[in-house]
Amino acid sequence: MNVTTPLEKLTPKDFATDQEVRWCPGCGDYAILKAVQKTMPELDVPRENIVFVSGIGCSSRFPYYMATYGFHTIHGRAPAFATGVKLANPDLSVWIVTGDGDGLSIGGNHLLHILRRNVDVQILLFNNEIYGLTKGQYSPTSRLGTRSPSTPTGSIDNPLSPTEFALGAGARFVARGIDTQQKYLPDLFKRAHAHAGASFVEIFQNCIVYNDGVFTEFTDKAAAEDHQIHVEHGKPLRFGKDGAKGLRVKPGSFDLEIVTPSENGVTDADILLHDETSHTLANLLAAMQPPHFPMAIGVLYCNPIESYTARISQQIEEAKAKAPLGDLNALLQSGHTWRVSD
Amino acid sequence: MSETASAKAAPARAPRQELETAVVRFAGDSGDGMQLTGGQFTLTTALAANDLATFPDFPAEIRAPAGTTYGVSAFQINFGGRRIKTAGDAPDVLVAMNPAALKVNLKDIKEGGLVILDTGSFTERNLQKAGYEKDPIEDGTLDGYRAVKIDISKLTLEAVKAQELSKKDALRCKNLWTLGLIYWMYGRKRAATKAWLEKKFAKRPELAQANIAAMDAGHAFGETAEMPAEIGGFTIQEADIQPGLYRTVTGSEALAWGLVAGTELAGLKMTFASYPITPASGLLHTLARLKSFGVVTFQAEDEIAAVCAAIGASYAGTLGVTSSSGPGLALKMEAIGLGISVELPLVIVNSQRAGPSTGLPTKTEQSDLFQAVWGRNADSPLAVIASRSPSDCFDAAIEAVRIATKYMTPVILLTDGYIANASEPWRIPDANNFTPMPVTFRTDPEGFKPFLRDPKTLARPWAVPGTPGLEHRIGGIEKDHESGHISYDPANHQKMTATRAAKIQGIANDIPAQTVELGPSKGRLAIVGWGSTYGPIDRAVANLLEEGLEVSHIHLRHIWPLPANLKSLLEGFDQVLVAEMNNGQLSTLLRSQYLLPIEGLNKVSGQPFKIAEIEAAIHARLEK
Repeated sequence: MNVTTPLEKLTPKDFATDQEVRWCPGCGDYAILKAVQKTMPELDVPRENIVFVSGIGCSSRFPYYMATYGFHTIHGRAPAFATGVKLANPDLSVWIVTGDGDGLSIGGNHLLHILRRNVDVQILLFNNEIYGLTKGQYSPTSRLGTRSPSTPTGSIDNPLSPTEFALGAGARFVARGIDTQQKYLPDLFKRAHAHAGASFVEIFQNCIVYNDGVFTEFTDKAAAEDHQIHVEHGKPLRFGKDGAKGLRVKPGSFDLEIVTPSENGVTDADILLHDETSHTLANLLAAMQPPHFPMAIGVLYCNPIESYTARISQQIEEAKAKAPLGDLNALLQSGHTWRVSD
Repeated sequence: MSETASAKAAPARAPRQELETAVVRFAGDSGDGMQLTGGQFTLTTALAANDLATFPDFPAEIRAPAGTTYGVSAFQINFGGRRIKTAGDAPDVLVAMNPAALKVNLKDIKEGGLVILDTGSFTERNLQKAGYEKDPIEDGTLDGYRAVKIDISKLTLEAVKAQELSKKDALRCKNLWTLGLIYWMYGRKRAATKAWLEKKFAKRPELAQANIAAMDAGHAFGETAEMPAEIGGFTIQEADIQPGLYRTVTGSEALAWGLVAGTELAGLKMTFASYPITPASGLLHTLARLKSFGVVTFQAEDEIAAVCAAIGASYAGTLGVTSSSGPGLALKMEAIGLGISVELPLVIVNSQRAGPSTGLPTKTEQSDLFQAVWGRNADSPLAVIASRSPSDCFDAAIEAVRIATKYMTPVILLTDGYIANASEPWRIPDANNFTPMPVTFRTDPEGFKPFLRDPKTLARPWAVPGTPGLEHRIGGIEKDHESGHISYDPANHQKMTATRAAKIQGIANDIPAQTVELGPSKGRLAIVGWGSTYGPIDRAVANLLEEGLEVSHIHLRHIWPLPANLKSLLEGFDQVLVAEMNNGQLSTLLRSQYLLPIEGLNKVSGQPFKIAEIEAAIHARLEK
């Protein structure tokens, strides 16, 4: 176990490095960095026990700007490195920073497996629906018809929803946030950290150079009220000005519909309460897309089970209980042996 | 070989003949249990104080269609009363459980050798499946061999009648009947196999009894002179073996234990991350059972994830180890480049197999030397070592751990399919005599810079997450030579490239000087080998030294960097011949490094060198 010295209360500044931040001016990554640095002092984890692991891409420069341990690895493989870190030392708080290209294109396989295994890490996927660092090609989350240097006449492959992917992969904690929402992001990160197991957070992040304004439909201040729904466990799924609108299951179907209580005989009691332990509801919320539906923000799903990390530790403890540790001679002499004498 | 009658021999038959060594090959369908039969014969032979070496040779298909030639599985063992260094060239005895086994193996058998056939399996259908137009028992195919035709199928069914098994289950005891006969032939005791069967079938005692009955019946068949009168048994003297405690060991086992020993000596825990691939999976299987040694094993989703997890584990302060075979190593290379760039310890085991691409997964080759030494983007040096035999994997693994941790570098340990699966007796070392090689993690924040090096080894400090005051960032982008911060400075990159190379080259001063295994240390001809060619080269050179030829054997453990004195050693020979199971990789490497006229003796048939092939090459060069 690590020796930890009780530290005086740290501030966000204590998590900033002396390295010049090299994202484009106005990039959404700055806001996320700020929210993460704001979150860290509130986690009650000694700074030396925090590790940021990333792959390749704009978002993956993140570890250089955090005054914790950091490992900037290779394209798409951050989940595999992070798994190794947790196998070696389960006590570390491990944060993966990835993007839609790194995490879902070249690294889709590893993201799938770290989620299904439920390794105890936090995964922050910055989704800007574009390749930034390679100068603007379309990504697996780019919308159909996206014009980019590699798709001058528009992309023809169907986009992937990161949140739906995570739910499908068996993630036990799935949340969504928006880069500029400093009010909400730290709470999401704290919830992700508190969840023992793989925690997945998709963050809509604006790329000011190659995909500017791609989320304005629901992130614009004027549009936010009617096009975002902030879900909270146990509370009614309401949105719009003064929470005038709500979601309910459309009678006679398995779909959600938007209703307004007091209109057409709909009452407050008809509005669904958010149940973050319901996989079915999480899938319905994740699938909602503007302009017909609001974008669901917040903890869509949290339903913990024992983590991979805990299960590994348990198997090792059981093995040690059966065979006391470390007698190399006993190992080498196990099974059939014979002695040749002089 | 003197003919001395054994007291045990039945009076009416040929006396037991005394042999110095013998080579037996068991061959049958992949469902016939030939590997088990060979394994039991190996154990019993070791218990009889013979030295031995084995060569399991099995198809890639798990259950190839019964009776086909590509479904034939074989197990060869060379054993005797002297040091045994290879699994033997041409077998003296072939046991062929079906026509396909005869078809595939007969060409390898020594002229006049004994061929034991289960005639019960020589049905028209099986002959057809093996591609025989006529019955080889009748058509003269076996002329030149001593064929022993026994209806083993029928005799086995009779022997296990009491257990009332289904015909299918009863016939599965055929291999034990045959093993019993071979036990009789070489005067072996059956007790160890009996005990093994009782344990293996503890939950199905009727199967244990049936197999034991079959083995006893095969033994009695020989004992009671039902064998042709001219075929007697053999006696093999005990080998002059160094006193000590012994066991048999496969390369996979020795490697696993060596890694455990190495990490313990380094004061570390091991995180082993791997993805199943033939012939490397045995290592994962062995280590998965060693959790009580603090070994964490992780079956990753692919080869890339396996090496990345191993690097992540090294970053966090355990020794990351990964393993694979050639195609898997190719997938790992980008990550290994990161390991070189961030300078973390990592051991990569490569059980080589025949290629390119999928190649021949179960056949052996040494064709990944280039991939190991040079197979990455950019100037990315690491250390490469090779093990020479199953038991040598133990020492090679400890050496790999030593270099990886002392020099903060990835190390590739090359073995091959032959070494991984073959077994040999091993004098068990006493762990109390091993030299500790403790690793020191950096803990002092005073003056800490992630890439400030030890001036002697050029290794950077190992500062693991969880250590207060040492929080730092590393990555695959070029780093400043001290602070480790991102640096695009041209002079810094020049310096870092040179430093990475110098660090690895420096290992040459920290490994034993290259010695000559056999023969004079300068002279007319040196045969240079590496890896599993050790056995056949050493035996061939020993044989020809006895004949008075001037030839030497040099065997490399360290492939990169090469031993510091190797060039001058090679310069002492008129001719240098590199014998290797590839198209000329070590020979090319040595020529490029030393500008010496080095020749290659190359074999890529998926089979190990025969002693005779190396002897012929030596003769050809010394008679020029």
